[in-house]
Amino acid sequence: MTERTREAPVLAVRDLSVEIEGRRVVDGVSLDVGRAEVVALVGESGCGKSMIAFSIMGLLPAVASVETGRILLGSEDLVAFDEEAMRAVRGDSMAMIFQEPVSSLNPLMKVGEQVAESLVVHHGVSTAAAWGEAIDMLRQVGIPEPERRARQLPAELSGGMCQRVMIASALISQPRLLIADEPTTALDVTIQAQILKLMKDLRGLGDTAILIITHDMGVVADIADRVCVMYGGRIVETAEVHEIFARPSHPYTRLLLGTIPKLTGQRKHLLRSIEGTVPDVSEWPSGCRFRTRCPLADDACANVPPSLPVAGDEAHQSACWHLDRLAEVA
Amino acid sequence: MTDLHVMTPPPLLAVEDLCVHFGVRGGWLGGRRGTVKAVDGFSLTIGAGETVALVGESGCGKSTAGNAILGLLEPSAGRIFFEGIELTAIPAARRALLRRQMQVIFQDPVSALNPKLTIGQSVAEPLVVAEVPAKARRERVAELLDLVGLKASQNDRYPNELSGGQRQRVVIARALALSPKLLVCDEPVSALDVSIRSQILNLLMRLQQELGLAYLFISHDLSVVRHIADRVMVMYLGTIVEEGDAETVFASPAHPYTEALLAAIPLPDPVEQRQRKAIVLAGELPSPLDPPAGCPFVTRCPIREDRCTDLRPLLLSTPQGSRAACLIRYPPA
Repeated sequence: MTERTREAPVLAVRDLSVEIEGRRVVDGVSLDVGRAEVVALVGESGCGKSMIAFSIMGLLPAVASVETGRILLGSEDLVAFDEEAMRAVRGDSMAMIFQEPVSSLNPLMKVGEQVAESLVVHHGVSTAAAWGEAIDMLRQVGIPEPERRARQLPAELSGGMCQRVMIASALISQPRLLIADEPTTALDVTIQAQILKLMKDLRGLGDTAILIITHDMGVVADIADRVCVMYGGRIVETAEVHEIFARPSHPYTRLLLGTIPKLTGQRKHLLRSIEGTVPDVSEWPSGCRFRTRCPLADDACANVPPSLPVAGDEAHQSACWHLDRLAEVA
Repeated sequence: MTDLHVMTPPPLLAVEDLCVHFGVRGGWLGGRRGTVKAVDGFSLTIGAGETVALVGESGCGKSTAGNAILGLLEPSAGRIFFEGIELTAIPAARRALLRRQMQVIFQDPVSALNPKLTIGQSVAEPLVVAEVPAKARRERVAELLDLVGLKASQNDRYPNELSGGQRQRVVIARALALSPKLLVCDEPVSALDVSIRSQILNLLMRLQQELGLAYLFISHDLSVVRHIADRVMVMYLGTIVEEGDAETVFASPAHPYTEALLAAIPLPDPVEQRQRKAIVLAGELPSPLDPPAGCPFVTRCPIREDRCTDLRPLLLSTPQGSRAACLIRYPPA
């Protein structure tokens, strides 16, 4: 772990801000993902986590743009890249898998061809050789009868199978960085367990750095090495995974963990809940974005936005002015 | 006989051997290709004020069963009783009146509300249908909004001005307008953010206490089900494979599918989660067009034996007090 963090990260996002029609939806976000490390970006809808993923991939919708910051993949700043340069990087040094596997695949192209595509396009591998490697890759991600399946169209495969195909096509060029945006959210739990196991197995095979975006604290607990919790376009807490769960140090993280019904212990009691609603970007308050729902909030929170690291050590950072009163958010 | 009947009132809802089969056309000259048995021999009782959860993965038939109970789908076979009255055996007009006592809330509060109606108008709709006079209607709407934790000022708002959680509150208020005794909740919190989910679950639990509502709670989320349900029924490929008290089913699952389903939920605790023994089921749901002849779970079951391929197991009592359909663990006497 320390070995890994000491070497240069595969991905380093520095002070990234993204705007949509003048509204800042991602606000000064910095994060690192090291070689063979899994970092989870956690948050609720509208917190900006997917916008970070799209910024890294150069796939922001036309209305959105990177306003400040750098996105370093190795030593190259992707923010400065034009579309052609980005296309060369995508599918080669970095790849992404999406929440909806069925709609993310080309419906008119055999799945084997889709898996082989990046080898042909980026590495000049012959079609025949790439087809062979695609079948190997499909086997590695657990597709039964890969020779037969490779010749089928996405519609002939189930959702779980399509997600395996997407993982195969992402990993075939051995990218340095894999971004997984809610990769199991659309799947049933028994299929989710298969895909999570697959992702954990594949980690052992290579050096790929993984940035996983999710809202599910169970998925985080299962697969992540480090966690960044987002709220209102900012990272409010970041720590190693065991630390986040054992010593959550931002009121939002503490409350969020408390709202989840458990599989053991007392039932039917009133669950902890977070007052109010997840605010829309147009309603984000001044200062700390969580203050309108936070039990610890006072005047200090309204004036100056706390930014990482307000306190804590290098490894566990929380953007809260009231770390001394965290115990009140039990 | 009549005396006995008086002493033991019928359950609020009783479903006997419900089947919903769909004919699938296609293939050569559009001939009949087969039958999908979406729900196949489903029985259930719900008492007043009780929460029964129907759980399973997508395509298992849980929503189809719910829709058939609500009369949104025509069952192929089976009988449905509400407070002892068989719904399919009475005239349509009377049936419609009885069905007012059973209401539904769906997963997606956005598509469940008419975007052109104000919140107040949406909540008032069932009252208009029931020909409640305007003044009483307005009073009832105000009462309902208050009941689900919405402000009176939100009466004139439109759905797009509300958050997902607030919209689900509106949907719940509308479902309660005619004072039903049973609410079918089909994945009521699945589309909501984590921090909002617990608000709605708390609301449903409070409403149950205040109004004595019964819930048929349809969900794939077992953590939520464990929290809210009195009894749990686990569905796989159109049939129930296990049922029992929520406490019992979650603490000591009897059917291998229930075990796998519980083991598949990642626990929000990295220490526990990483120490857990993994039961990762191989394969996926078989095609409902071509289900196994014997145990529906046979293609994925880690403890299957040859006889499971041909023999269909019945729901039998387990030592822990639940009922499970597994030939290996609970062989017929």
